[in-house]
Amino acid sequence: MAATSYIAETLNRRTSRGFFARLRGGDEISYLVTLACAVSILVVVGLIVFELWANSLATFKTFGFGFLKNSVWDPNADVYGGLPFIYGTCVTAFLGLALAVPLGVGAAIFLAELAPPKLSNILTFLIELLAAVPSVIYGLLGIFILVPAMKEYLVPALKKAFGYLPIFEGTFYGLSFLSAGLILSVMVVPFIISVSREVLLAVPVEQREAALALGATKWETTWDIVLPNASTGIFGSVFLALARALGETMAVTMVIGNTPKISASLLSPGYSIAAVIANEFAEANGDLYISSLIFMALVLFGLTIVINAMARIFIIMTTQRKGA
Amino acid sequence: MMMEISASRRFVNGFMLTLSGICTLLAVSVLFFILGYLTIHGAASLNWDFFTKLPKPTGETGGGMANAIVGSGKVLLLATLIGVPIGFLAGVYLAEYSGKTFAFLIRYVVDLLNGVPSIVIGIVAYALVVRSMKHYSTLAGGVALGIMMIPIAVRTTEEFLRAVPNSLREGAVALGATQAKAIFSVVVPAAISGLTSGMMLNLARVAGETAPLIFTALGNQFWSNGWLAPTATLPVMIYNYALDPAEDLHKQAWAAGFVLLTLVLFINVTARLIIARGPAAQRR
Repeated sequence: MAATSYIAETLNRRTSRGFFARLRGGDEISYLVTLACAVSILVVVGLIVFELWANSLATFKTFGFGFLKNSVWDPNADVYGGLPFIYGTCVTAFLGLALAVPLGVGAAIFLAELAPPKLSNILTFLIELLAAVPSVIYGLLGIFILVPAMKEYLVPALKKAFGYLPIFEGTFYGLSFLSAGLILSVMVVPFIISVSREVLLAVPVEQREAALALGATKWETTWDIVLPNASTGIFGSVFLALARALGETMAVTMVIGNTPKISASLLSPGYSIAAVIANEFAEANGDLYISSLIFMALVLFGLTIVINAMARIFIIMTTQRKGA
Repeated sequence: MMMEISASRRFVNGFMLTLSGICTLLAVSVLFFILGYLTIHGAASLNWDFFTKLPKPTGETGGGMANAIVGSGKVLLLATLIGVPIGFLAGVYLAEYSGKTFAFLIRYVVDLLNGVPSIVIGIVAYALVVRSMKHYSTLAGGVALGIMMIPIAVRTTEEFLRAVPNSLREGAVALGATQAKAIFSVVVPAAISGLTSGMMLNLARVAGETAPLIFTALGNQFWSNGWLAPTATLPVMIYNYALDPAEDLHKQAWAAGFVLLTLVLFINVTARLIIARGPAAQRR
């Protein structure tokens, strides 16, 4: 309805002479301006790559690829190695995913296959709100609520049941890979749920009806028919979550313990790429120190770009098949 | 004749379906845990001083975060001024002008930019702004968050413009409007409620960002003058105070967390309700 008045307005303007020529010009200007903005995004991404590369060149020249395999991080001696951080980033991210994927896919199945549409919409709305909670708030809850609770209940129970495993060895001081992994799992679950739900909903209803008509139970239909159909898209959601977990900074920084050590035990403190940048970048002095931190940002950037690119391809593959 | 479903199949069916329900319950309950804890700890520590006073020097109790609240506002204003126009116009290009291949490239790069960790964006803003100006500033923080706002701005604009029916465009052009006129005075106004709520969601998303501000806007114990001085921001204050050993600062951190979360969730709920009731949703 609002549009009608605009059309009328356009009609009125159109009748005044001389305006037409300016409008022609306006057409080209608006095309060029919007095109310039679109291109500027390519420039921004190019600039990100260039700045990261140019500013980390010193580290690459000094240490080469050995930087990624060296586990010594000693700013006083001006020696830098990235391995403890890469290790910590991967361990926490995979731990987070290991917990988040079953939970997230399970919830997505409930929301897409079982829940009545109204309930499903309300729950999805709440899940989306959960995704909007800032990561520093997760960090706050992490140090003051989750870590004390883990000390009190979770870790003693884990040690009692699985204490003989090397991953649960040693004393637990609170800040650890395990705390970071737990926080990450809570943070990425909403992403897995909302993308997986979309993908599951994109599976044609006929597939379900056919399976049910053949006598399959609801669960068999979901597990044997719907899930395999949606598996590529669900992989996409998992990759998306992985990229987020790898790059997550604040919550991890606040609970991982910030100790550049490689340890098999999930109960010991560690460090991650994003955390070391957040902690040390503002105070870093010395070109090689700064350059090493930026080099790690470049590694993180490369990692997330590759994983994101794969996730997008997976998701595009499933959602477009629907139309075909 | 009905086929009998064996007891074990029926059990697996019931068990797994219940389990999926429990997963949902667990995931949703996290939201209420978060809300509950922040309300208990945050609202209790919140008082008028929090909004009106400056932080007290180390060792003294009391004080507030007035400078951080204003600082966050300034950084977010800059971010909006940078991110929204670029993202909006690029979105217009994708929805209204572009061909196939180039648009695919842009869309793909936008998605990649959306996936870049915020800390990496922070480093780039540091290298671009802080290093060339030789000091930390509100501006640098705004640039960092502004870059982060671009991808969502693009996708929102494209999505909502595409939801506008083609008949409106055709009508406008049939009446003699040029394409530019049709876009900016017919199509965009028709999508305006969706666009505004999308931008609000976008703003809410970066409002809680901490990592890119740590070494761009840095922090400040006092009021920050102009746009070129370092400034305190709410999320960075939460981070610093939470890690500080002083008990009183923890209370302040909870209070700040409560304020930040309330703000972010309020914007989210409002914007999502507008989108859900908007014309775009009804056509779907």
